This record gives sequence, C-alpha cells and structure tokens, in this order.
Amino acid sequence: MPHPTDIADNTSPGAAQRSSLSVALVGSGGAGVMTAGNILLEAAATAGYYALMTRSSGPQIRGGEAAAMIRIATHPVECMDDRFHVLAGVDWENVHRFAAEISLAPDGVIVGDPGRGEAPLVFSRSGAAFEPLPLARIAKEISGGRANMVLLGYLAALLGLPEDALRQATASLLGKRPAALEASLVALAAGREAAPAAARLVLEPALAGPAARWLVTGNEATGLGAIVGGVRFVAAYPITPATELLEWLSPALASVGGVLVQAEDELASINMIIGSSFGGVPALTATSGPGLALMTESLGLAVAAEIPLVVVDVMRVGPSTGIPTKSEQGDLNIALCGLHGDAPHLVLAPNGVADCLQTAQWAVALAEALQAPAIVLADQFLGQARAVVDSPRDPRLYGKRLCAAVGSKDYQRYELTADGVSAMAIPGTVGAAYTADGLEHSERGTPSSQAADHVAQLGKRRRKLELHDYGALWADIEGAGEFAVVTFGSSTGPVREALARLPGHIPPIRLVSLRLLAPLPRDRLSEALAGVHKLLVIEQNESGQLFHYLRGVADLPPESSSLRKPGGQQFNPGEIAQHLIEWSGT
Amino acid sequence: MTEAATATIPVPSDYKSNVKPVWCPGCGDFGVLNAMAKAMARLGLRPEELAVVSGIGCSSRIPAYTACYGFHGVHGRALPTGTGLKLARPDLTVIVTGGDGDGYSIGGNHFLHACRRNVDLTYIVMDNRVYGMTKGQPSPTTETHWTSKLAPLGTGINEFHPMAIALAAGANFVARGFTGDPNGLADIIVQAIETPGFSFIEVLSPCITFRPEQKDWKKTVRHGNLSSTADLALAARQIFSDDGMNLGVLYAGARPPYRPPIGRGRVAAADLAAEFRI
Repeated sequence: MPHPTDIADNTSPGAAQRSSLSVALVGSGGAGVMTAGNILLEAAATAGYYALMTRSSGPQIRGGEAAAMIRIATHPVECMDDRFHVLAGVDWENVHRFAAEISLAPDGVIVGDPGRGEAPLVFSRSGAAFEPLPLARIAKEISGGRANMVLLGYLAALLGLPEDALRQATASLLGKRPAALEASLVALAAGREAAPAAARLVLEPALAGPAARWLVTGNEATGLGAIVGGVRFVAAYPITPATELLEWLSPALASVGGVLVQAEDELASINMIIGSSFGGVPALTATSGPGLALMTESLGLAVAAEIPLVVVDVMRVGPSTGIPTKSEQGDLNIALCGLHGDAPHLVLAPNGVADCLQTAQWAVALAEALQAPAIVLADQFLGQARAVVDSPRDPRLYGKRLCAAVGSKDYQRYELTADGVSAMAIPGTVGAAYTADGLEHSERGTPSSQAADHVAQLGKRRRKLELHDYGALWADIEGAGEFAVVTFGSSTGPVREALARLPGHIPPIRLVSLRLLAPLPRDRLSEALAGVHKLLVIEQNESGQLFHYLRGVADLPPESSSLRKPGGQQFNPGEIAQHLIEWSGT
Repeated sequence: MTEAATATIPVPSDYKSNVKPVWCPGCGDFGVLNAMAKAMARLGLRPEELAVVSGIGCSSRIPAYTACYGFHGVHGRALPTGTGLKLARPDLTVIVTGGDGDGYSIGGNHFLHACRRNVDLTYIVMDNRVYGMTKGQPSPTTETHWTSKLAPLGTGINEFHPMAIALAAGANFVARGFTGDPNGLADIIVQAIETPGFSFIEVLSPCITFRPEQKDWKKTVRHGNLSSTADLALAARQIFSDDGMNLGVLYAGARPPYRPPIGRGRVAAADLAAEFRI
C-alpha cells in the first residue's frame, strides 16, 4: 500500500523542482513576520504562482509570537500542505508553541541566525537541515536594515522567486514609507546574496503570468459578494474572526452608498438588519458562533415575518468562547436546527476562499427571492486565509425581491400563493400598508391564533423554499465511481487535494461538496449519489454534525461512514488520503 | 385609506386600522393610540410615510391598530429594529412603541444605546409599571413594595428612572405624557417627531386590570408642571426632584442626530473588485 506522502504530487524528496513549497516564517511580536509573509505572498502572486497564507499568533493582544504560513504552488491551492519545507525564524522566542501547526518535512530546511541559538528541538528533530544566516549582523550593516527583510531576501532566493517580483511586492506594500522601502530593498538584496547558489528546494517555473488572478481573503470575498449581490446595510458587533469582514465592508459600503452600523450587541445587529430589510434595503450581519447563538430568536422572527436577510457566521472553535482564532465546522447544528418552532430558512457554505464571493452573493439573491433568512457558514480558515486565486467568475446573482405595486387592490402581505412567495410592500407604497408580525397571522398579516392560519402559513413558508429551483450551484460534484465523499466548507480543499493525489492507487471516488445545506436538495443529492455503494462524510468537528444531518434527511447508501476531526487544526490532504486508502479497501 | 382621502385634510381616523385591539376595556393604551393618531393628523403625514415599530407586550400590539406600516417584532428589540429601518430609510417617520418591561428590562441595553446614538426616532413607552400580558408581574418601574404572585414580598429593588437615564444617556428630547390627556399627549408627540434626533416620551398609561389603583393617576398627575429646557443640568435637577407625576417636556436639546449617508454612492459595486486584482 502506498503511503500518502509518497504519492503526494510534490513532496517526494530529492526532486529538483517542486510544484508546491511551503514556508513558515516565525518570530516574536514586532519582528516583522507578518510584513515579510505578506510581501512573500504578493511576490509569489506577481511571479505568476498560486499561493495561500494563514497566520497564527500567541494569545497576547500585542507583541506575542507570530507565524506566517505560506504555501506557493504552480497550481491552485485551497489548503495547506501536510508538511513545511522551510522554517525561517527571525528569532525563536516561544515559537515552539507552533509545533503542532508546523510539521517539517525531513528534507526541509531551517533558516535562522546562529546568534539566536538553535531552533527548538520540536523542529530540528524532523531531520531538517539548519542553514545559519547571520541576520543581525547583515541587518546591522544596512542603515535602517531589518532582520525580517534580510531573511525574506534569502528565502525568495532559496525558493527561486524572481528578484523583480520580490522588489515589486515590497514596493507595493511599503511604497508609502520611502525610507523603509529603500532600506528594505537593500536588506532583501543582502539576504539574496547570502543564499546558496544552488538551492535544493526550488519551485517549478510558474505556468502562466499572474493575469486574471486575485489576492484576497475569504472575509473580503464574502464582503464583496454581499455588496455585488445587493446588500447596502450592515449592522454588526465585532467578533473574531468576523471582524475583518466588517472592517472591509465599512468603507466599501460607504463608497457604494450603503452603510455599516456598529450595534451594541448581536441582538441589536440582527434586529437592525431586520428593520432595514423591512424598509426595502437588503441587509446583512456577520458574526461567529456566540453571536449566531444570540441571534437565533430573531432569525425566527425573520422566518415568520418573511424578512430577507443574510447572517454570515465565520465559524471558530466552540462551544462558548472556545478558541476564537482557530477554525471549526461546529456551528452546522445551530445553523440548521437552532431556530425555535418549524422555521424553514436557508443555510449555505462557501467551499473555498474565492467561493466565499459566489456563495455570499447567492445567499443574498436567495434570501431576497425567497423572503427568508439565509445563514452563510464560512469559517476562520476561509475567512482569514489570504490566497492567490483565479479571478472568480461573476455568478450574476442579484437580490431581486417581489414587491407590491402602488395601489394594489385588496393587498394581502402573506397571501397563499402557489409558489409560497407573496409580494412584499415596501414602506412608502401607497395603499399597501400592513404590519409585519412575528405573531402567527392571516394572509392579510392580522395576528391570528387560529390553527388553520398557522397550518396555512407554515405550509407557505416551507413551500417557497422547497419549490425553488436552486440550479447547479447547490453542490460541486466531481468524479465518478461507486465510492463517494460528501463534505462542505473548508474541508473541501484538503479532500479535493487528497483525491487529486490518489488516482491510480485506489478506485475512483466521487466528490460532492455541498454549498446549499438547507433546504437540502434531496432529489439532487440522490441523483449525485446514484450508483454509489460506499459513502464517506468528511467534516471538521468532533460529533459528525453533517453526517448525522444527512443520515436524518437524505437517503444514503447503507455503507455510510464518517471522518471527522475537531477544530483547532485543519485537515491536511495527506491524512485524508491515508484514510481514503484504508476506507476504499485497497 | 384611499388616495382620494389623503388629498383632503387628514383626520385621526385616517391613521387607525379596523383591527380590534386585544386590550382590556379601560386600558390606558387606547388613549395613546388616539393621541398618536391625532399627532399624525396634525403633522399631516401620509400613513404610508409612517412606520410604527414595537416589541412584545400589551402596548406593543399598537402597530397593527394603526393604518401605517407596522412592525411587531420580538421582545425588547423594537429600538434596534426602528434604528435599522430609519437608517436605511431616512425618508420615513419612524415611531417606536412599547411598554416598560419591553423597553427597560429585556430591552434596557438598547434604550441606553438608542439615546446615545441619537437616531431621528420617537420612542413612546407606555408605562403601567407591570407586566400585563403575562398577567401581573413586577417590571423595572414597579414600586419596591408592590406585591404579586411572583414577588409576594415586593421586589425589594429600587425602581428604574427612565427619564433620568434617557437624559444621562444622551436623548435629545425627553418628556412625560398621560394617556388620560390625549390632546396634551398628542402635542408632546408632535413636538417629539418634529425635534431631530432621539425623542423619548414616557407615557403614564394605567393598567386597570392588574394595577387598578392607577385609576387615581388622573387625579395625581400635574399638567404642564415640567418646564422645557435645553440645559441638561437644569433638566437633571428637575427630574431628580420629581415624583413621577409631573407632565410636560423636560428637555429639548440640539444635538445633531446620527445620520450616516445612505444612497449616495460614488463607486459601482463591481468596481470594488479592483483592489484584489494582481
């Protein structure tokens, strides 16, 4: 049986050039690790590579140890690799805390200043060779020179990144500070000079130029998708890891004539956006698990009063405060089932950094078309990862609400229509004034405690979601065969890469990555799984929330099982590949 | 109401719906509904330009009894809903309504921040110092020694002081009205709506079912006893030496409302993608 690291597409030791290399830049707070990481990422992008950067830091608000983890590849990447090829330390202060996140390849390299001592044993015992680089001494010789820039120059040379790309990226990030830029360029050159002439770890040449690529985080992509979809009002309360989404949205909304309001809490956030949407202005809030929990009562109101809105949950490790800076797919249950009463609503999940744009935009379009709340389950990994991606295709999905016309005759807000969608009167519309109500109501909107009205309105609210044609976006379906994997969200990246590493080693495996989780298009899922004998559900949580949900609402093959891993550490492709080999019985 | 009717001089009945209130006969909230309708007619606003937003409780049923656009949301969150509506639709006149439990207990935090944020809203709280819809439990404004099934010995807790809180938190207009005086109350509502920023009106609105002793309020209130000032210190002195029965406008300030611009974009949404292109 092959070992998944042996069949990985790029980690085979000794290869002259690699299609993917991973670098971890570490150091204490203020050492400039993140600046160097961002420049490296942008340089890779400029040179025509795909790339992905995640970051990790100590629990301190400021000044703690930091790690910028960067993967550069000739092909699109949606997850980190199993191992890092280079560990580069500006210093080693407390960086042993990243041991679980930074697993070094045995043929890897550790770069650091010998004056700062040796790299922590947890790293050096991987077998990686230590390459001494007198950072402090080189930096000291340069006026305004900094160790992080010397290290960056060295790294770029080591990986085979063109010098021009690095200079261009540095100018792009530091251009506003000419003195710092000048010193940095000198330091980069000095670092490059210190690098070995014939490096062992070199990237294959990039296949194409950087044309038509984006450098974007999932949170930014989500924000853009929301605005392009039509959102013009956002109310939200700061929470990690959703805050950057709000910080991106605030000026962006203002520039397109929208507004972002910082609410006093999440109860206010959700009700402010309900107010905005009732007023006819498409609205969104973004939060994480604890905030979503606070919003669930009012999500029930949005269901009952039929108010379109979008709630983005950038999931983090829960329950409670959990680990705010780490990712987990643990809010699926509350998103699906957290509402009181029978409350049909939409739940969507982006399955990649770029896909955050499409999924957010679709969520706005669906919420508006169906006059229902939509929960978008992004997560910390997708939200905060910065990636070089192919330009996202514009899905051309825009919020379009069925509105009551001026002077509607005998207007009934909650009319029992065939498709369940009834015209919504926007305040200001003459002759159609009504009261939107969380109380059960008649077709006219008048509060009613009659069972018949309840049954009729429940049916209306369910019908409008069930009868809608969701098209092909409900899932990404790839491959064929009698084996299938179903997954969602940020687990899709490593699953997809694991499958790409396996052809020829195991029977073909289909991939179904669900973008629409509720209402689950059961018929389409059955179609997608036709002929499948053995099914594996893969997700990043401890209890198997997706697995149990699918078992409850869908017809799964009798041989269905679950692969799950709690949050805190992302799946890597190798561990999934390993499991797929065992699971598929080869 | 029809288009033709709006062309004529509006009358209070134009602003009432034909939905029958759930309130007990003699409930103070009927008077508030009447006063609101009078105020709307005096202002000459068209019903569809008005939105009445509420939370949960007896008084929060009021939106459906008006002919305006209404929103009857969840308990305690009327102010955020009204805030979102007004910020998204500054062209609408938004009136937020509710009771003492809704506004000062479950919604207390929003009360503070609505005063502080100073959005151009009018907040009318019908205070009967009891939870009526759940049949007689003490609210934040209930007197310490008032006994009930839930608090047989009384609450033992000091009463909340809404007008003092509103002043301290930054409301731009603070007044007290009485439902037994619909004309006086209508005057206050008109003034509140016309004053930019967050206007707070405490309305003494008796619950004759669970607090029958409040029938006496019509004898104990003092009309026009509060004197309107734009001086915060004077207003504070006045409200802290008040027994809760003085009526009128306490404070009318000139703090500019919070009004972030909406609808005036200079960039097309799709152009926002430019910053991500390599």
